[in-house]
Amino acid sequence: MSDGFASLRMENVRRVFGEQTALRGLDLSISGGEFVALLGPSGCGKSTALNCLAGLLPLSGGQIFLDERRIDLLPPERRDFGMVFQNYALFPHMSVRRNVGFGLVMRRVARGERERRVEQALRLVRLTDHAHKFPAQLSGGQQQRVAIARAIVVEPRVVLMDEPLSNLDAALRLEMRTEIRRLHQELGLTTVYVTHDQEEALALADRLVVLREGEVQQIGTPEEVYASPANRYVAGFMGYRNVIPAAVSAVAGGGVVVRAAGALLRGVAQGGVGGGVDVVVAVRPSDVAVGEGENALRGVVEIVEYHGREQAVQVRLDDGTAFHVRTGTRLAPGDPVALTVPAQRVLVFAS
Amino acid sequence: MKGRHWLAERGVDRVLLLLVPGLVFVVGLFAYPVLYGLQLSFQPKEGGGFFENYVRFFADPYLRDTIWITLRLALPAALINVVASVPVAYRLRGRVRGKRFLTTVLVVPITLGTVLTAEGLIGYLGPVGWFNKILLGIGLIDEPLRLVHNYWGVLFSLIITGFPFAFLLTLSYLSGIDPSLEKAAATLGADWWRRFRYVTLPLLAPGLAITFCLTFVLAFSVFPSAYLVGLPQGETRVISIAAYESAFRDSDYPLGSAIAMIMAVVMVVVVGLVLLWRSTLYRGATGGKG
Repeated sequence: MSDGFASLRMENVRRVFGEQTALRGLDLSISGGEFVALLGPSGCGKSTALNCLAGLLPLSGGQIFLDERRIDLLPPERRDFGMVFQNYALFPHMSVRRNVGFGLVMRRVARGERERRVEQALRLVRLTDHAHKFPAQLSGGQQQRVAIARAIVVEPRVVLMDEPLSNLDAALRLEMRTEIRRLHQELGLTTVYVTHDQEEALALADRLVVLREGEVQQIGTPEEVYASPANRYVAGFMGYRNVIPAAVSAVAGGGVVVRAAGALLRGVAQGGVGGGVDVVVAVRPSDVAVGEGENALRGVVEIVEYHGREQAVQVRLDDGTAFHVRTGTRLAPGDPVALTVPAQRVLVFAS
Repeated sequence: MKGRHWLAERGVDRVLLLLVPGLVFVVGLFAYPVLYGLQLSFQPKEGGGFFENYVRFFADPYLRDTIWITLRLALPAALINVVASVPVAYRLRGRVRGKRFLTTVLVVPITLGTVLTAEGLIGYLGPVGWFNKILLGIGLIDEPLRLVHNYWGVLFSLIITGFPFAFLLTLSYLSGIDPSLEKAAATLGADWWRRFRYVTLPLLAPGLAITFCLTFVLAFSVFPSAYLVGLPQGETRVISIAAYESAFRDSDYPLGSAIAMIMAVVMVVVVGLVLLWRSTLYRGATGGKG
């Protein structure tokens, strides 16, 4: 780990592109050594936030501090942040070794020390055998590892990663994900990771920041965000695939009874939900059980996808709503089914 | 069986017919005239050996020196055009406010034509032009600088007409370089000069070689401005003037053809040398994924 710092703070950071506001006052504090994921759909401002941190985009407002030092006016080359780009951005005319050594050359690190650190970084990402090759001769996963080695070899204060896995195929993505987690555990480098993939964010990060249209929706640990999303958008992003409109018919303590899809459902109110208000209920497909019971919905199986141990089933409910279910029960299109959801897994949000 | 698949595999299909017009033009308007001129150059008007015209050219300093005179104009002009186009194009790469306006302004000289450029040069740089008037006025010089009707006039003219080509080519080569490479270099601690020196320039160099070749070829065949703003019987007696005079003033077509062939060989040699240097550079992809 390089010179430690206590916190990296973004205070009311705004960024405007012409008419479009990409970031509306982002407040975020990152502690040294932490792995933070910025999560959201495309256009939510997560990449903008990262580029502002890196110094590649000037801010339209707000400030960035590293401990008490203001850094948002420093050019990128003086921030000492490493960045891994979505397209890797390897220098195509340099060998792997020279790519990795570039940052050290720029920092005027003496040759012997430079060579030692490059070798160490290449060993860390398991590319020692490919050091003499050029980027075009490497596979996507290898290029990605070069990009990571190049960013971490300079022992940056912060590593910024901009969707580093999105250009890889599924198998490689899982492998590299583990690799990134391993590097973070070994080196303890403060990392800000941008992704639109909730699974990636949950797997990697110590803390998630969910963004939507340039605004923070929720900040929390993976468990917090996964189990109790702050609003319907976060819920939708966290795998609550069924978000259906409902009306509150009774409120009792934390529990609430709503009318949704032609049935009465008991659920848990998230935030203030009053009687007679329009709300939505959010249910994860994997929380739904097939069979009669309490909190039941009825419909007809429409589409069945085979996923090995489970099936992903789309059920057309009696009122015409499409409802997604993951179940081990074998179903076939046309089967009438009853579905039940435990009341504590039915989340009710203000719409 | 060697059927349609066999042909398609080797790129033989009806789309190939699209090449016909181009082929007709190349053969009719390039290959045939060149070969005709080549054989003509070996049939000296005054008799003599097979190579008589070539021997005459290299024996006569008045003819021979035109090679050097032309190179002395074309090489610096091409070099200046390339070198001047790089910073301008570098600044205007990517999205820049007013880029279209500036690009238009920079490219306008192409549309003016040599004659208008020459008139402008005479009016501006001539003995009674603004430039000299200003310098005289502020007392920097005592008598007008001679900047037209000599070497400098032609060089200026070549720069004015050649720069837009160099600029447009350089700009398009620069646009082909993935902008995230420079960003990556910046996050790794490279200031703008070192980003340019270690990342952009090496990737741009092969394109600059091509740009140099094209502007050199344009400048080497300079003819009108050598007359209009040069000294066509003296220090700007370029090789195309020699060819023109032989063929059309002295009606010695074979000698004119021989000079044209020599002109072509000189250009091919220079271009060949530049391309040889280019082949030592990195010439692969310039995108981020390598």
